[in-house]
Amino acid sequence: MSNLLNISPSPHIHGEETTRKLMLGVVLALMPALLTSVIYFGAGALIVVATSVSSCILFEYLLQRFVLKKPISITDGSALVTGLLLAFNLPSNLPVFIIVIGSFVAIAVAKMTFGGLGNNPFNPALVGRVFILISFPVQMTNWPVPAGIKTGYADAITGATPLAIIKEGLKNGESISQLMHKVPTTVQMFLGKMGGSMGEVAALALLIGFVYMLYRKIITWHIPVSIIGTVAIFTTILWLRHPESNASPVFHLLTGGVMLGAIFMATDYVTSPMNPKAMIIYGCCIGILTVVIRVWGAYPEGVSFAILIMNAFVPLMNAYIKPKRFGEEVKYG
Amino acid sequence: MLKTFPIGGIHPPEHKLTANQPISYLPVPASVTIPVSQHLGAPATVIVAKGDYVRTGQVIATSKGFVSANIHSSVSGKVSKIDTIIDSSGYKQTAVYIDVEGDEWIESINKSSEILTEIKLSPEEITKRCLETGIVGLGGATFPTYIKLTIPAGKKCNLLIINGVECEPYLTSDHRLMLEKGEEILIGVSILMKALKVERAMIGIEENKPDAIDHLTKLASSFKGITVHALKVKYPQGAEKQLIKALINREVPSGHLPLDVGAVVQNVGTAFAVYEAVQKNKPLFERVVTITGNGLAKPGNFVVRIGTPVSDLIEAAGGMPGDTGKIISGGPMMGKALRNADVPVVKGMSGLVVMPLEESERLEVQPCIRCAKCCTVCPLNLEPYLLMKLAEKGLFEKAEEERITDCMECGSCSYCCPSDRPLLDYIRLGKSTVIKMARERNTK
Ligand code: SF4
Ligand code: SF4
Repeated sequence: MSNLLNISPSPHIHGEETTRKLMLGVVLALMPALLTSVIYFGAGALIVVATSVSSCILFEYLLQRFVLKKPISITDGSALVTGLLLAFNLPSNLPVFIIVIGSFVAIAVAKMTFGGLGNNPFNPALVGRVFILISFPVQMTNWPVPAGIKTGYADAITGATPLAIIKEGLKNGESISQLMHKVPTTVQMFLGKMGGSMGEVAALALLIGFVYMLYRKIITWHIPVSIIGTVAIFTTILWLRHPESNASPVFHLLTGGVMLGAIFMATDYVTSPMNPKAMIIYGCCIGILTVVIRVWGAYPEGVSFAILIMNAFVPLMNAYIKPKRFGEEVKYG
Repeated sequence: MLKTFPIGGIHPPEHKLTANQPISYLPVPASVTIPVSQHLGAPATVIVAKGDYVRTGQVIATSKGFVSANIHSSVSGKVSKIDTIIDSSGYKQTAVYIDVEGDEWIESINKSSEILTEIKLSPEEITKRCLETGIVGLGGATFPTYIKLTIPAGKKCNLLIINGVECEPYLTSDHRLMLEKGEEILIGVSILMKALKVERAMIGIEENKPDAIDHLTKLASSFKGITVHALKVKYPQGAEKQLIKALINREVPSGHLPLDVGAVVQNVGTAFAVYEAVQKNKPLFERVVTITGNGLAKPGNFVVRIGTPVSDLIEAAGGMPGDTGKIISGGPMMGKALRNADVPVVKGMSGLVVMPLEESERLEVQPCIRCAKCCTVCPLNLEPYLLMKLAEKGLFEKAEEERITDCMECGSCSYCCPSDRPLLDYIRLGKSTVIKMARERNTK
């Protein structure tokens, strides 16, 4: 025998899936929402995305190259996804330097200090977002309203998000039926024609991304469906009991970051549970926390906080919520 | 909806290149090397000596102990030596070398091609015949068949399940056998039913073999108690416990045998061997082997004498391609890579997959991204990423709690990991350590 045969153990074949393909799949799934964003918010949306993505990738490269002296992993696509998701959570007129700070926190603090991809307990994009929300509350709650694709970066007209309108209004003693005239219609909200962070507004576009990710088997239905389901049920109960002081479930689902959070943020591989049972519990808890923060908390929006809080419980859930193993229950025939 | 097992599973590309290649006979080789341990359990004891003349079908090594099997000469000729070889699994064992002279079969074998339907032997005689003829499970597990037919006191078998799934990519030997030897297989199934004293047998076949399903369904209508069931294509449906779950929705408890849910599982190839053993008095000295691989000029299905060098088989398939990097005995999911092509064909070898160098190389290992894909595909609902981590860190007690010993080594986890992590390598390591630990604990 001339050539030595390879005798590595089974399995001898490997599936097509790679980390990079999965990450690029997520990127593709985010494209409809990005497109919608550009259509409604114009150049600003593009500037925010470009800044966030390029600085996330650059920080990862610089840190690995010069600080950690480790192999460069920017080609795995995870920094690209973090950059996109961070951008999606920002208003489209946010100053560039703030975006860069957010990217730095996301990559350097939330991801690399924990050992890079696979080891970070908290969703990097959300950590970046919450950090700048707390540090720059004014800029971060100054939401452009959709004014069309020709809108410039600096000249966006700003206003409150529908959630903020409701929160403020209820505080000032207005009733839901009065407030409903001040917010966009359900159809407009479904299509994303409202104020908000650039990627969260268009429920329809995000749902298209969800269907694609399910089809590609990038994620399973468990987390998104349990979050959306819980928010729907919880807000329906509140609404049915006091329709004048609680917005409808449809309103809750279409506004703010429920869709973006449920489909793209909470399903982040690294920071979500590993089995369906735990995923459903995790999703339900996120749903409940979101509504609690929205209805009773200080912020009009609660999805980011709810996900980050539940991220902290993931290791515990993985340790104690176990799938039922095959043949575990002794059943004699 | 077609039946299948509910948890996990994968669907690798099928590559059934040889599905339409009729089974042909590989010429008797110039010499054979017959290992004495081709089955699960104790090696057989050699009863011939150098210089002896043996005939085809003659016993050359007898089973030793309860779990063991007789070994027969697959050719006629002179024993040239009895020596140690490195077998296809990489272990040293004794083998009988025979230089072929002609092909003289022992007289007791009925060489006619007539199909004998009537089952004359009693259940006890059938079991004894399986012991004498050295029949073992031909699906790959090589568990001596007579033991499976001996129901221990207190246990009850009420169903025979026949495995015609052939869920491994590339392999087609069972598929061809079902098409070409359908009637013999069904008689074999009836024989097994008689031995087990059961009224019912179910044959499970995946829907990617519609011709075999049709053929056996038609034939089965004239056999009492045998039904054919189409199953959805999903790996590892050929695993006993998964097949039982798919067909009758019973879950064999962890650490137990199919018999604990009242079933015995046999492979279609075994059913055919049982037919030949019982009706024709023919010992197990040849079997159908698929020789396949994308680089081969003439992949095919061959009846091969046990002990034939693998290289002969590769020659028959058009010769070894220049870029060969791996030769797999069995399927690409659970088969073993051979060290070289000189090893002999053994009873458990259902196929040989010749793989080009490029395909045979492992990809670079990336960090775990915790995507949970390994957990999703594990048919036992284990958590492979965790088991690997525990084995890597030497936390074997924890690994035992996480049921590492349940792992059936199907490889689905390693197959699907997007980070190319060698999950099963580590799980194997952990598993063997845990088994050792448990053994030491029990002897204390
Ligand atoms: S499939 Fe691979 S990357 Fe995904 S969780 Fe399992 S080990 Fe980690
Ligand atoms: S090899 Fe073991 S751990 Fe991996 S999928 Fe198969 S049974 Fe599960």
